Amino acid sequence: MDIKKMRESHKLLAEYKYELGKIERGYANRTLYVNISDNTISSKPVTETMKEKFVGGKGFGLWYLWNATSPSTKWDSPENEIVIAGGPACGITQYAGTGKSLVCSISPLTGIPIDSNVGGYFGPLLKFAGWDALEVQGKADNDIIVYIDGNKGVVTIEEAPLEAVDGHILGEQLTEMYADNEDDKRNVAVVTAGTGAEHTRMGLLNFSFYDPRRKTTRLKQAGRGGIGTVFRNKKIKALVVKFSNVKGNLNNAYDQSIINKTGIKYHKEIHDLDHLQNNMRKIGTANIIEVMDEYDLLPVMNFQYGSHPDTEKIKSTVFIEKYITQGVQDGCWYGCSMACAKAADNFTLKTGPYKGQKVTVDGPEYENAAGLGSNCGIFDPAAILELNFYCDTYGIDTISFGTATAFAMECYGRAIINKEATGGLELNFGNFETAVELLHQMSRGEGFGTVIGQGVHRMKKMFVEKYGADADFLFDIGMEQKGLEYSEYVSKESLAQQGGYGFTNKGPQHDEAWLIFMDMVNNQLPTFEDKAEALHYFPMFRTWFGLYGFCKLPWNDIVPEGNQYTDEPAKVPEHVQNYLDVAYGVTGKRLKVSDMIRESERVYNFQKIFNIRMGKGLRKDDKAPYRSMGPVTKEEYESRQERYDKQLKEIGYHIEGKTTEEKIAQLRKYREDQYEQLMDAVYKRRGWNSKGVPKIEYLKEIKMDLPELIEVVKDLQ
Amino acid sequence: MKYLAKDNSKCIQCGNCETVCSKTYFKEDNYEKSCIQINKEGDPEINVCNQCGECIDICPVVAIKRDKLGVVRIDKKICVGCFMCVGFCPQLSMRQHDDYIEPFKCIACGLCVKECPTGAIYIDEKSDDEARELKLDEVFRR
Repeated sequence: MDIKKMRESHKLLAEYKYELGKIERGYANRTLYVNISDNTISSKPVTETMKEKFVGGKGFGLWYLWNATSPSTKWDSPENEIVIAGGPACGITQYAGTGKSLVCSISPLTGIPIDSNVGGYFGPLLKFAGWDALEVQGKADNDIIVYIDGNKGVVTIEEAPLEAVDGHILGEQLTEMYADNEDDKRNVAVVTAGTGAEHTRMGLLNFSFYDPRRKTTRLKQAGRGGIGTVFRNKKIKALVVKFSNVKGNLNNAYDQSIINKTGIKYHKEIHDLDHLQNNMRKIGTANIIEVMDEYDLLPVMNFQYGSHPDTEKIKSTVFIEKYITQGVQDGCWYGCSMACAKAADNFTLKTGPYKGQKVTVDGPEYENAAGLGSNCGIFDPAAILELNFYCDTYGIDTISFGTATAFAMECYGRAIINKEATGGLELNFGNFETAVELLHQMSRGEGFGTVIGQGVHRMKKMFVEKYGADADFLFDIGMEQKGLEYSEYVSKESLAQQGGYGFTNKGPQHDEAWLIFMDMVNNQLPTFEDKAEALHYFPMFRTWFGLYGFCKLPWNDIVPEGNQYTDEPAKVPEHVQNYLDVAYGVTGKRLKVSDMIRESERVYNFQKIFNIRMGKGLRKDDKAPYRSMGPVTKEEYESRQERYDKQLKEIGYHIEGKTTEEKIAQLRKYREDQYEQLMDAVYKRRGWNSKGVPKIEYLKEIKMDLPELIEVVKDLQ
Repeated sequence: MKYLAKDNSKCIQCGNCETVCSKTYFKEDNYEKSCIQINKEGDPEINVCNQCGECIDICPVVAIKRDKLGVVRIDKKICVGCFMCVGFCPQLSMRQHDDYIEPFKCIACGLCVKECPTGAIYIDEKSDDEARELKLDEVFRR
């Protein structure tokens, strides 16, 4: 690649100079606003009210997005924004998982706000460059990059015609372009999408970090909700930030000592216990592939089943032994001793434009292995890695791709669509060649790949209208809600998790709540009230990570010794205290758990009301596909007949002489009723009315009764 | 490779080694700022880096390297103060003090050896085979 030529071809559209400033207690106290329609750049103050009501991160992102948009704003409207914000703890280096950015935008899949939590160096370097958040609005005429030089205090918008679009190449090109030398490369962070993001609604953003051992640019993904699609629709090729003097105290923390102490305690814990618990340092989140299979929770063939004999071929140890480089530091920000950002090095691609090349594949994470693998019936580790690679570089969300492809495969298998519809592709479960070709089609913007790229919600409509499919059946098996594809866990046997998916703000993603073990395995949530309490506490607790710039994984993917003897092991009390200590260390705010939950309640309910403003967010929008609750088909029922028969007997239904269809109907009636009852209990606990609307008195109680919010909910009380 | 060897049975817990170490590197007589540390109660135990090099692979910015003599050293200009090396040291000999944002460790300079009245510490050599860090060219098949 001729980097010099690429840079020379840049056309400067705007330049903005700023004072470098100083971070105080985790805040730079200003936001960088960039409008790429009229090429204006400005600085906005971060106010005390913003900090009090929204804290940072996702809170700031949603607040800016609210102010930038109106109820009629669509994902591709020029006023839609992409906001990236880290949060006050973002950029500390002593505790694991403290480099997270939260990205917010109006989603092409859901039409409501999406928030996606991502690692890589962009968030921390953006803050050290002097900015708590980056707000990008408008649409460019030609491909541009936005470059923030945090050493010199200069922001530019530049037309960039020659660089690649695909993430793995563009990340390398821009890192090379803006670094002074090899040692300087880790001081450059790049955000890209990819060619597939241009032709689908499920585009993701790659956030880079330079790996000084592999000497390559690694990629972490803001995967969910199609923000990469918004990015390419705005003709943004990349966002680049550079800051060269990272030290461990740049946040000017209120009490650095408590952060040091808590961080070192945690590093020791990982050192002593990780290999006895989850092996996060060896294989990252993919350690649970076989665990999910064992508990019948691994999605197989579009969530029909929860396990498969061939899982053996893709279990975590196969990746550890054969593909994933071991023993190399893999944190996606400094100080992450959990180091789950694994990579397969020297992986030779078998298909597509990069066929034959040896690449570093960032992954597989659990969701990739499950979504691209078992859920599509593909039980081949090399196939999973290749799909993983192309999803990333093309800028395609692995979860939406996996779930949408699995849906299309099931439709194909049931002759709802045929080869004519797929453009000649044999779309059977287990067909890697077809799956990867769909990705290449997404990159090229052609063929059935672009149909799958519209997501399950739009495919359902299309299959009904174009091929006369049964709408009810597609609603049952299409694993999407609010327009977003389900992430990769079978929730059929856990009512609490059905709610954990179904009552989310952004759509069915497990980052709000993962309650399956608490509920189904350990039976710790026997009543509706218990479930409702968990579906209040955990979504609020987990929202808090995204306000401060923390990663969720170090909270409970490893637990301290003796955790099982605490009052509430599922909450991991010692780690919760760690977070309170670190947050105190950075900001000087001494929070209790109840304060932490309150901070999240404000932002969570803000997002809820934002959804309502955009036309979703009511009870009807929390309706879930039946496959997330129970067996839709005869095959599903009969494959776990003993389990379902037993439940029918327990609820007093006489199964003798009944056909499977009759039993399915009865079980469905019961389970759907349970879901509705759970919804009532959860809404009540969350301070909402039966329509799913926050009550004004509750908004007053949590001090979120802002006039613009009351305006949205007042007629829905 | 060069390292500071020890013989716990000869240590009398006088603390001279800690004094000279902290005074040399931090201009202060403070055992918490000494790379070598001796327990204050119970049978004597000398805690000091054995130059195994496990910390080399832990560092996210490759600030820790082995020098020509085999001594493991931290480049403080590169260090980002994450303290993972402190938590991961198998000997618990990587030091941290809140007055500084980088960790510190024994570099086998030998100044403490001269101050030890009993010969409990001494500079020695051991085989390069005892180095625990990865060989990256082999790992990445370069």
